[in-house]
Amino acid sequence: MNIYVLMKRTFDTEEKIAIANGKINEDGAEFIINPYDEYAIEEAIQVRDAQGGEVTVVSVGNEETEKQLRTALAMGADKAVLINIEDDVENGDQFTTAKILAEYLKDKDADLILGGNVAIDGGSGQVAPRVADQLGIPYVTTITKLEINGSTATITRDVEGDSEVIETSLPVLVTAQQGLNEPRYPSLPGIMKAKKKPLDELELDDLDLDEDDVEAKTKTIEIYLPPKKEAGKVLQGDLADQVKELVNLLHTEAKVI
Amino acid sequence: MARKVLVLGEARDGSLRNVSFEAIAAAKTVAEGGEVVGVLIGDSVSSLGNELYHYGADKVVAVEDSKLAQYTPDGYSQALMAVIEQENPEGLVFGHTSLGKDLAPKIASKLDSGLISDAIGVEEAGGNLVFTRPIYSGKAFEKKIVTDGLVFATIRPNNIAPLQKDESKSGEVAAVAAEIKDLRTIIKDVVRKATEGVDLSEAKVVVAGGRGVKSEDGFEPLKELANVLGGAVGASRGACDADYCDYSLQIGQTGKVVTPDLYIAAGISGAIQHLAGMSNSKVIVAINKDPEANIFKVADYGIVGDLFEVIPMLTEEFKKLKVNA
Repeated sequence: MNIYVLMKRTFDTEEKIAIANGKINEDGAEFIINPYDEYAIEEAIQVRDAQGGEVTVVSVGNEETEKQLRTALAMGADKAVLINIEDDVENGDQFTTAKILAEYLKDKDADLILGGNVAIDGGSGQVAPRVADQLGIPYVTTITKLEINGSTATITRDVEGDSEVIETSLPVLVTAQQGLNEPRYPSLPGIMKAKKKPLDELELDDLDLDEDDVEAKTKTIEIYLPPKKEAGKVLQGDLADQVKELVNLLHTEAKVI
Repeated sequence: MARKVLVLGEARDGSLRNVSFEAIAAAKTVAEGGEVVGVLIGDSVSSLGNELYHYGADKVVAVEDSKLAQYTPDGYSQALMAVIEQENPEGLVFGHTSLGKDLAPKIASKLDSGLISDAIGVEEAGGNLVFTRPIYSGKAFEKKIVTDGLVFATIRPNNIAPLQKDESKSGEVAAVAAEIKDLRTIIKDVVRKATEGVDLSEAKVVVAGGRGVKSEDGFEPLKELANVLGGAVGASRGACDADYCDYSLQIGQTGKVVTPDLYIAAGISGAIQHLAGMSNSKVIVAINKDPEANIFKVADYGIVGDLFEVIPMLTEEFKKLKVNA
């Protein structure tokens, strides 16, 4: 089975967010594999171990992304590909990333493509379904279970808390929801092996794309932090009085009830 | 610049979701005086057309086919592309719901267009349509514009106010013909786990429990309070992991993002994971035994105390308020 995983390197949103020069300040911040993409990598490894084949993890990013790709290799992926757009694309959007990935994947004969259902930084969740559409293959998003039997896939997906059981045939693209699996930590031997696994680097040129082909359709004009919240009012006194006061405040001050 | 804008009317259990009416309001801003066209897709949906008119649609079209009884990306995109071909819109607005998130990127890909996902506001400013959306799990916001092609956005439920309902408005629902074929994903089964009653992501009031709820039964007083307030029950990841409730109730970075008018957090410590799913609620009430709990930092009002004492008292007080109102 020829398996590809779409991976994004993201800012760890558990970090404190600060803004410098109109951008999120990344100095000294921790970067991680997007947590939903970790589920995708884990699932890809499990499918390969059960069915045979090869897992290739692909990321559109910059030189720094090598670190997260090595982590994916240490988890157990076989190959990694970095499409480095640092020199070619200044302000890409989801259109940009999807176009590049689809161009890379179009002649790879993938049986299964996995990604996270959303990235925790940008939070759009667009790239994977766009890629599937451009490759002309079906997709199933926010999946919590994947079973493959020959060329048929039976997939459970989360739909706002309900579950849908879906049947489709390969090739298919799926995006991972929490609950799909428990991603493994890279083992020490895994980390040693990862150093020798292939990590190829490509640029737009290698995909016969130029900047104009992938020019963003949208643009961010401002980034800002939410206004600092005033410290809330912690009520005092007898508990029964606090409850009465709270109901009164919600009714007359906050006017939400 | 006046634009024609399509709005996808999304039905659930036979009626339109609120977010569809909110999408009409957003579409009016995007249209800048142009026509707003409501689109209904399903096996038998044209009866819902009047509600779209009540909330401001200028025209309503429907694609009906037995193969559209359930949502599939292939079926819905074929239906919608037939409407797009006929109407030739310059803008599209969907709800940022499970369906909208799944479908919108496919349509954007087919139209070679951009897509602004999960917008919480849109306004005309300096000759541009400026969308606001949360990033970094709600810890920051960005303002975004479309630089090329269609104006396409999905909007987060509960953030853009619908227009005043006007029941005197009505109109026809024009059928659009579409050939629906070759559906590549087949829905074999749907397991309903989510709430009976109020939809968590659209609820105006959410009563959420955390580890402090201690057991499955511990959710009962929360349910009662939610019932009195016409709200929905939610939970923190801690409560779900401990098996006190189903994961369908989980609010957080993983799980649902909610922005109700009133969020009551009971026995929730306020891990950053959880805050990502609720910190943009309009008013937050925290009830926790631990006065140092992180949740008090984002709460507008707090009561330090045992939720099993406080919640039933609150329920009683709200009942009194309702009787007097």
